[in-house]
Amino acid sequence: MKDLTYHFLVLFFVLTHTVVLAKNIHVGPGKENRSIRAALLLAKDGDTIFVYHSLYKEGNIIINKKITMIGVDYPVIDGDKKFEVVSIKSDNVIFRGFQVQNSGYGSLNDLGGIKVYDAGNIIIENNILENNFFSIYINFGKNILIKNNKIRAYGIEEQQIGNGIHCWKSDSLQIIGNHIQGHRDGIYFEFVTHSIIWRNVSRFNIRYGLHFMFSNDDAYINNVFDGNGAGVAVMYTKKVTMYNNTFKNSTGDASYGILLKEISDAEIVGNRFLSNTSALFLEGANRIMIKKNVFSNNGWGLKIQANCMENVISQNNFIGNTFDVSTNGSLVLNKFDKNYWDKYEGYDLDKDMYGDIPFHPLNVYSFIIENNPIAMLLFRSFMVTLLEKTEKLIPSITPEDFRDDHPLLKAYSL
Amino acid sequence: MKGITTFIIKDILKNRIVILYTLILCGFSWSIFSLEDNVSKGILSLLNIILLIVPLVSVIFANIYMYNSTEFIELLVSQPVKRSSIWYAMFTGLAVALNAAFLIGIGIPVLLFIHPLTALVVILAGVLLTTIFVSVAMLCFILMRDKAKGIGLSIMLWLFLSLMYDGLVLFFMFQFADYPIEKIMVLLTAINPVDLARIQVLLQIDVAALMGYTGAIFKKLFGTQTGYFTSFIFMLVWIVVPYFFSLRLFKNKDL
Amino acid sequence: MIEINNLTKKFGKTTALRKVNLTLTSGTCVGLIGPNACGKTTLIKNILSMVVPTEGEIFFDGKNIHGDVFYKNNIGYMPQIGRYPENMSVRQVLQMIKNIRNHQGTEDKELYEAFEMEKIADKKMRTLSGGTTQKVSATLAFLFDPPVLILDEPTAGLDPIASEILRVKIIKEREKGKLILITSHLLSELDDLLTNIVFMQESVVVFNKTMEDLFAETGENRVSRAIHKLLKTEVLS
Repeated sequence: MKDLTYHFLVLFFVLTHTVVLAKNIHVGPGKENRSIRAALLLAKDGDTIFVYHSLYKEGNIIINKKITMIGVDYPVIDGDKKFEVVSIKSDNVIFRGFQVQNSGYGSLNDLGGIKVYDAGNIIIENNILENNFFSIYINFGKNILIKNNKIRAYGIEEQQIGNGIHCWKSDSLQIIGNHIQGHRDGIYFEFVTHSIIWRNVSRFNIRYGLHFMFSNDDAYINNVFDGNGAGVAVMYTKKVTMYNNTFKNSTGDASYGILLKEISDAEIVGNRFLSNTSALFLEGANRIMIKKNVFSNNGWGLKIQANCMENVISQNNFIGNTFDVSTNGSLVLNKFDKNYWDKYEGYDLDKDMYGDIPFHPLNVYSFIIENNPIAMLLFRSFMVTLLEKTEKLIPSITPEDFRDDHPLLKAYSL
Repeated sequence: MKGITTFIIKDILKNRIVILYTLILCGFSWSIFSLEDNVSKGILSLLNIILLIVPLVSVIFANIYMYNSTEFIELLVSQPVKRSSIWYAMFTGLAVALNAAFLIGIGIPVLLFIHPLTALVVILAGVLLTTIFVSVAMLCFILMRDKAKGIGLSIMLWLFLSLMYDGLVLFFMFQFADYPIEKIMVLLTAINPVDLARIQVLLQIDVAALMGYTGAIFKKLFGTQTGYFTSFIFMLVWIVVPYFFSLRLFKNKDL
Repeated sequence: MIEINNLTKKFGKTTALRKVNLTLTSGTCVGLIGPNACGKTTLIKNILSMVVPTEGEIFFDGKNIHGDVFYKNNIGYMPQIGRYPENMSVRQVLQMIKNIRNHQGTEDKELYEAFEMEKIADKKMRTLSGGTTQKVSATLAFLFDPPVLILDEPTAGLDPIASEILRVKIIKEREKGKLILITSHLLSELDDLLTNIVFMQESVVVFNKTMEDLFAETGENRVSRAIHKLLKTEVLS
């Protein structure tokens, strides 16, 4: 964090220093320049280009100087479905207030609405991105702020569309308050470190709302992921923190609120999982703290595969899920403690707020469904309920020590 | 004919057992919803009542009522009334009265406490099951001259459809788990009206889970508009077929 | 009025009626007599299509009753044991039958008044004694002034006063030219009502004679003795 502050201080000084010497260039109907390209040719490091409302179809616009680009009343830059629209190839660029649309589609090149090549200290802010292949693409970036952009695409098939905010091999990114919709993945991170994703809304993307690989030491806070095809996937990563996010309406075969694969030392705290087929899926996940989350109206609250170890699941509310927890093995290497389970039917005679008998969150029928999905047809029938109750009383198929010893009697207010 | 139907409805509505039934349903549903702050859990408890208690009471009450009405039916047959009208009046009377009990006992609280669409599905399931089991009870009545045998048969049918059937299907599934039995399973469950009712309610309360692996099958076969429609038709068949079968027998019955 | 052709009724293997041929005409009061289980009630139930004939036909006013119900508007029927919906009052029962029959003409309220029905009109059927229920049945049979009356054991369960009222009523209706069909085993009470006797035994009609013929043939003036005598002679011959 100190590192980050330092960089921004530097950026601040650099900017204030240059602005004093810089000149302003105006682009637009009736202005000195009719095209952005012309203005860019005129510009020198530190200059500010004001672009006024109009439609600009100039092929690929390359920003390779340390300049500030400001759109007035959202001028529209159109890639005509052929070109990458804006390429930022210089450090210290500010790009603000544009509508960038119709980038080209490439099966070999990842053409972007706004693409950053190997640059740092960049701000991309308050833009509207419509119908681009990749909307914002950061390639080897450092210290980049992506803020309050409205990103929208109309992808139908996974192969035909890129990601909303795509970041590759970057560091110290801040992705804040963006709205992303209709891309393949809403936000995509691969080899991105020390970054923060805060207050974004990622909805109705074809694959993942957030897709995340090999990206250590990052934090997601207060984001909303809603109705994405497969939810959120976090894979092959260490030290991730996820606070107060909402994951909802990811329904379908292989859809997850969050899919955790080969993750260790993460914190998942204060999130809400609502109406997902599987709220939280853990595979090869170790030392993860899952705390104070709400799991409500999901098909499965937690799916913990047997290769997960030393995870702590504590102080969560499990309410109205079809199955609270399921697993595929009999080994219990994770700790459940002090959660609220609405399916708990015990009592609290010693009035310590915790039930006096342990709760077994595993439902035997979820075992059966795991192997015979079609068995779902018989769920909640008398025979199946009988089977479940018997199993709860005398566990024979489900591991006996898979339990919460201190189930709470009243839900936490989370 | 309207006359007879109205008379029968009034007669049943004044019946102490029906009043008790209404009150018990009322008590159940109100206590479920007012004590339980978790609505989906409430629906679950209610589901068991709708799938087990409602059919049981419907089938036994309708069956006993038919046997107790033997002389009344005889009186009507001696009057200038068509037998089909008598049968229709008995059926309508029983169905309307028992459904009224169900709607007052469960329908009203359900409408007040849960999401309107879910409430509608729950109520429709209950109404269809009540009517189906009235139809089945009348068939049992006409098949068995002896009251004890008739009641026995109707309880057996209830036991089979509500409890045993799923056990058999489950057994079947385990036996043939290695084969592609999806279609057969769907067919097997679609045959049983109690299962159809359960699945329709399931689609409301466990929708997230149902979208999982089985999503394709479930959505295609039960969850779409055609699915709802097909389920509805299957349940109607359960009303219509026993009814017309029993009517045919009644037309040639010696009283 | 009623013509029965070759009527056979089987219940499973047992035969209740075997090739019965019978013509009943208006203005007669027919006593249908015979030992228990001889087929009397089955015959009546056939006429009312409460049971379906195995073979043969029944004509009412020249029309086959098969598949018809409206001829029953012309029949008043008093069953052996009348059972009614328990929760309905007497008044409701009468009203219901009235609705069913959709009766337009005047009502014959004589029995209603003679049996003082108004006093019990609001009582529930289940609270009535067997005799009172029979009174309701009798009232119902006569209420719509039908041209044909079928009375199955009408005096069984009635007290002597009520029996007498009913007897007088039957005579009155006979005089009007109605067809009255009575089954009874207590013959002496109804002796003076009858104009014809139909005697059945073991599912067949043994004889069908007018009272005059019966008495003339046997030289007796009491129905039971006449029948006894006739049967003896028939067995001997």
